Amino acid sequence: MSRPVDAEPRPPGLRGATRVLLERELDLAWSGGGGPLLACGFFACLTAVLPLAAGGDPRTLSPVAGGIAWLALALASLLSLERLFERDLEDGALDLLAIGHLPLESVVLIKALAQWIAVGLPLALTAPVAALALGLPVSLAPLAALSALIGGAGFALTGALGAALALGAKRGGLLIAVVVLPLFIPPVVFGAGALERAASGQSPAPALAFLTAYVLFAGVVAAFAGAAAVRNAQG
Amino acid sequence: MIHALSLSDLAVSRGERRLFSGLSLNLRAGEAVALTGANGAGKTSLLRTVAGLLRPDAGEIAFHDGDGNRLDDHLARGREVHFLGHQDGLKTGRTARRELGFQCDWLGHTQTGFDHAVEAFGLEPLLDLEVRRLSAGQRRRLAMGRLVGSPRALWLLDEPMAPLDARWRAVFADQMRRHLEADGLILAAVHDPLPIPARTLDLGGLA
Repeated sequence: MSRPVDAEPRPPGLRGATRVLLERELDLAWSGGGGPLLACGFFACLTAVLPLAAGGDPRTLSPVAGGIAWLALALASLLSLERLFERDLEDGALDLLAIGHLPLESVVLIKALAQWIAVGLPLALTAPVAALALGLPVSLAPLAALSALIGGAGFALTGALGAALALGAKRGGLLIAVVVLPLFIPPVVFGAGALERAASGQSPAPALAFLTAYVLFAGVVAAFAGAAAVRNAQG
Repeated sequence: MIHALSLSDLAVSRGERRLFSGLSLNLRAGEAVALTGANGAGKTSLLRTVAGLLRPDAGEIAFHDGDGNRLDDHLARGREVHFLGHQDGLKTGRTARRELGFQCDWLGHTQTGFDHAVEAFGLEPLLDLEVRRLSAGQRRRLAMGRLVGSPRALWLLDEPMAPLDARWRAVFADQMRRHLEADGLILAAVHDPLPIPARTLDLGGLA
């Protein structure tokens, strides 16, 4: 018996494969114990605890509100990174992803994109609330959300790189934090800088431009270095 | 489409240990080869090397089409190679339907590939269950679904029959036979003989 007539392989095409993988990643991110909500909760807790530690005086808090919010954002972005590649390595799904139509570089980028949508976006929506609670002027709330959204893409990309580098290591979650946090310094500096400039009446555009440049740079590096790290972990 | 696979002078190690060297093999459309050997002889590593997941120390792996032209390695592996290992890549928290759908879509599906897979391995009653609720044999059948659901020429199978009962072993044997008749290629690591006509390549004992 021969194959059915319609059994000629039809590659899903690049767009099709991208969509298929993105849908799966988003589904996994949201179904796996509410990772995004956990990140938002952690973010809210951090920004609630910091005033208690530093004293609730608005005069001391509000000048550093942007900086504290960005630090909390960076820490909250770390939370679900371990899930990104480690589970796919453990259950063999990474082997499947490696023999698909898309190169591993694209797989890394799509996973980072899903991380941005699933975690970065909710965090960006939480960011203005947290920053306002810390005493940031109300007029800066949209800027806080926008900068957190752009910065979130950077966190997702460098985070994906860190997660790929930590593959196969025991206690990989801690390792990811140690690898990735230093790489989070530039977006924290530029993001908090944008809020600070805006608070002092200057244009936040240069800081936002640097933040965007960081994201683009991280995208290129994360794709190639991340794919190499994944291949190394599989071998 | 892949019409021939040739391995020449292949050497693979894991860590410091050389598993095998000087391994050569030619596999043509419609042929199956059973890889045998003791535990640790390198059967799985050989399959992973052919799939491009491991890098060999030396030697060459080449895929050729029907006219004898060499195919691009990345393209051949990305479009024409199935790898079914011990780990099936199924996510325990998702339903069988979603997982089979994803695997078929990701590897390149046909309009009716999903339905063929469901029919071939009797997956209909399992589709709405979470993968974690499936037994080992049911999971393996679900993972095998992608072999039928997205037609690819070269099947790399690692102990494919191990968790299956007699009935589904016969079903899978039948699927392998059909694959060979449709000019497919099969390279399978096994401990028991394959239930289809196949050459044997013995990797020997523990080096």
